[in-house]
Amino acid sequence: MTAQGGLRYVYAVCRPFAAALQAQLTGVAGAPPGLLRHRGLVAVVSTVPEGDFAAEPLRGHLEDLDWLAATARAHQGVIDALTTVTTPLPLRLATVFRDDSGVRTMMEAREADFLRALDRLDGRVEWGVKLYVDPPEQASAPAGRPASGRDYLRQRRMRTHAQEEQWRAAEEFARILHQRLSERAEDSRLHPPQNAMLSGVSGQNLLNAAYLVPRADSEEFVELVDRTKDEAPHMRVELTGPWAAYSFTEPAVEPMPAPATEPAQPAEAGEQR
Amino acid sequence: MTMAGRMPEPYGRDGGGANLADILERVLDKGIVIAGDIRINLLDIELLTIKLRLVVASVDRAKEMGIDWWEHDPELSTRARSNQLTRENRELRERLAALEALEGGRGQLREREKRQEEDR
Repeated sequence: MTAQGGLRYVYAVCRPFAAALQAQLTGVAGAPPGLLRHRGLVAVVSTVPEGDFAAEPLRGHLEDLDWLAATARAHQGVIDALTTVTTPLPLRLATVFRDDSGVRTMMEAREADFLRALDRLDGRVEWGVKLYVDPPEQASAPAGRPASGRDYLRQRRMRTHAQEEQWRAAEEFARILHQRLSERAEDSRLHPPQNAMLSGVSGQNLLNAAYLVPRADSEEFVELVDRTKDEAPHMRVELTGPWAAYSFTEPAVEPMPAPATEPAQPAEAGEQR
Repeated sequence: MTMAGRMPEPYGRDGGGANLADILERVLDKGIVIAGDIRINLLDIELLTIKLRLVVASVDRAKEMGIDWWEHDPELSTRARSNQLTRENRELRERLAALEALEGGRGQLREREKRQEEDR
């Protein structure tokens, strides 16, 4: 197959799967994604116009938040559809090749990595959990107009105190929540908190975490998150998913060797990844 | 498929929209990185600003929780370095100006002393 003025956009790499993709599914440039099989792997690809996806125009488009948002949503749409039928290994946005043979060459070069990652993630999905704290102004009820200067200062002191208390409580809750959810997940990642300007969500994002959970345990995990929702006042727990295991495509990096003060534990086979 | 039947309904994506930040942080920052034929370094792009926008309001709190990836981001630290250079440059210029002023002042002082001597 020749590219005929089109380039190959690759969404994900999977093991071969039997189920068909949704018939009306469209990819980043409106074309339906197809499967490119090579040895024991399948790449999910679609044709994209060279006029938009060659290096020069692509660089320009990526500066455009609207274009970026639409492309990101389309990319995620394909990954999402794949997640319902298999365990995809999602590629980063805008992974583009000249033609099918370029994609095949890449698949062959990375075959061992892909197979290892697919084995590790097989049957698992990612759940996103975010904790938001309401803006303090909203949380501490206004105590009416101050009657005097001294009254004003007293009210302000109380407000500041209440805000500090609220932050402390929120941070403590975030820590406990993350710990509790990590115990029920195979793996977890902490992402930087999101800015309200981009997320369009009110409140301060305090925890932004991803948890790797077997599909079979997902219902239980979701119930666990649901139960925490009413636990903390002035806080909001938000769950998203199931996502493809985007945050877990790289194996966990041990932050540093175990501190010398810890007694060495014999390695348990079950914990090795 | 049986496994799909066991999955809870998707959360947070009703009505056509996961929060854009949720999607961007995954498709831009996570997922397997492969050098395609079309080479674009996502970090070279203004996406960096999006990353920065994702980064937050509250850097200190993120740090407390051990989230500090941006500190290792070469783009960001380059930026930090260039900020430092700009500041050093400005400080040097200020010191130079101060020295020149001082030198100029000394010159005037010498002129005055000379004139005073001439007057005597």
